[in-house]
Amino acid sequence: MLEIRWHSRAGQGAVTGAKGLADVISTTGKHVQAFAFYGSAKRGAAMTAYNRVADEVIMNHEKYMKPDYVFVIDPALAITTDVTINHKDTTKYIITTHLSTEELVKAQPKLEGKEVYTVDCITIAVETIGRPIPNTPMLGAFMKISGMYDIEFFKENMKRVLAKLPQKIVDANMIAIQRAYDEVK
Amino acid sequence: MAFDKMELRDVEVWDGNHAAAQALRQCQVDVVAAYPITPSTPIVEGYAKFQSDNFIEGEYVMVESEHAAMSACIGAAAAGGRVATATSSQGFALMVETLYQSSGMRLPIVLNVVNRALAAPLNVNGDHSDMYLGRDSGWIQFDAYCPQDAYDLNFIAFKVSEDHDVRLPSMVHQDGFMTSHTAQGVTTMDDDKAYSFVGEYKPMNDMLDFEHPVTHGVQTEEDWHFEHKARQHNDLMTKVSPKIDAVFEAFEKHTGRKYSQVETYDMEDADVAVFCLGTSVETTREVAREMRTKGIKAGVVALRVIRPFPFAKIQEAFKNVKAIAVLDRSAPGGAPGAMFNEICAAMYAAENSPLISGYIYGLGGRDLTKAHLVDLYNELEANVKAGKVTTQLQQFIGVRGPKLAYL
Repeated sequence: MLEIRWHSRAGQGAVTGAKGLADVISTTGKHVQAFAFYGSAKRGAAMTAYNRVADEVIMNHEKYMKPDYVFVIDPALAITTDVTINHKDTTKYIITTHLSTEELVKAQPKLEGKEVYTVDCITIAVETIGRPIPNTPMLGAFMKISGMYDIEFFKENMKRVLAKLPQKIVDANMIAIQRAYDEVK
Repeated sequence: MAFDKMELRDVEVWDGNHAAAQALRQCQVDVVAAYPITPSTPIVEGYAKFQSDNFIEGEYVMVESEHAAMSACIGAAAAGGRVATATSSQGFALMVETLYQSSGMRLPIVLNVVNRALAAPLNVNGDHSDMYLGRDSGWIQFDAYCPQDAYDLNFIAFKVSEDHDVRLPSMVHQDGFMTSHTAQGVTTMDDDKAYSFVGEYKPMNDMLDFEHPVTHGVQTEEDWHFEHKARQHNDLMTKVSPKIDAVFEAFEKHTGRKYSQVETYDMEDADVAVFCLGTSVETTREVAREMRTKGIKAGVVALRVIRPFPFAKIQEAFKNVKAIAVLDRSAPGGAPGAMFNEICAAMYAAENSPLISGYIYGLGGRDLTKAHLVDLYNELEANVKAGKVTTQLQQFIGVRGPKLAYL
């Protein structure tokens, strides 16, 4: 079982990102689950979304998890909230920030000694898609860090997931995914 | 046909709402009258989009309240259409008066209820308060544990409800957010295969059949009211259950997916069993398996059909078990939990006498964790060893503050 927790603000696309990732993984025959913590949250409120991936049918519906990966797609949340909650020793963090990994860990001591990767998904999204929607680039970074799938395979499948969007936006998302894949460290 | 078909992959990653909306599309529902409410909104929104994109030959009616939504559904069903809608929580509560009208008028409407807590305090998350509110309304109630079930049970509901021996409406329940907004793999049917399971709707006593005029919505006082209600109950008690079994069997032949009125897991040799509904069933199944590796013979029993209550099948499911925990996800309002009462009633009339304890959990979407369930099975095992219920009969799981226990 692979478990992922997303830290996001409502409106940044964490739910769409989690569902998109689930959709791509599902095509390879694995079982998936994508869900989120909802309230009557307004755009901008801190929220979390989740993925589970397994070889068997996923029956666990508890919201609690000790994630293998933590994705933070809003830079401030790494500082203002505890993104390390319910962590385990092997939890890996991919965090959107303009800071270097060293600078980030200095700013948020809870990340010290953790396996932290950084990538500026917000800037990438603004420069490619034209809006600060950092969900798809985060998945590009995840492909690099996890080595889950070949990036070309992933992009092909994401094109299908995003097919309802205008072609220009789909193309921009592909560039964003590739840039995050190349730039995460 | 005048509408377009939709290409689906064999496995789609859908949440429970989308799965239900797709089922309504594939059943080619004639009329959906709806007043959307969280978390069920995407079901009727989905139908409306499919309809406006020409994937359905039907009509979406916007109304001014849930009471009006079900009233319009009643009118459309009485006229002779295949009819469905969806609601949750406060909307369901507002619908209650018309729920009794639709079952009393024998109209085979399908209502998707995305279970959500009832205010006050206001809460959009999932518990079973609204589902329990429907239990005396004369409807058939099916319970989904995951998006796949929500998809499948819609076809099953139409097939059962529309049978001319049944002609009673059905609710298909799914847990708010935990199923409705959780995307999982759903094995689909193509449009032709899906439609062929429900087939063309054949109305009975429809008002638009001018050759055979009928009256709907009549008044009966003490001279006839009791007979109508007794016959409706008789059909629920005697005709619906065998029909559901037959439709479950037909569905298994059609898709390979098997449903039972009472679902049992690891019960062949179980000493201790948890009874629950909704998504909790699946989480508990996983914990039961883990308990077995620790030497506790754990099982799970759940209702797929809440109404009509499968009394004898419950007795059968629990016939060898020593201790049962009955979980109710609804505020009990000054009584034991409703399912606790019903399981106790069934087991009082059974040959064995298992120890039964009740638990209230998960109100307003409060998480039921695997750790909670491990504690629960351990408590049941302690009851078996002691030969009696070692706790009070009603306890609360996962609530903060001082421990609450009654009875």
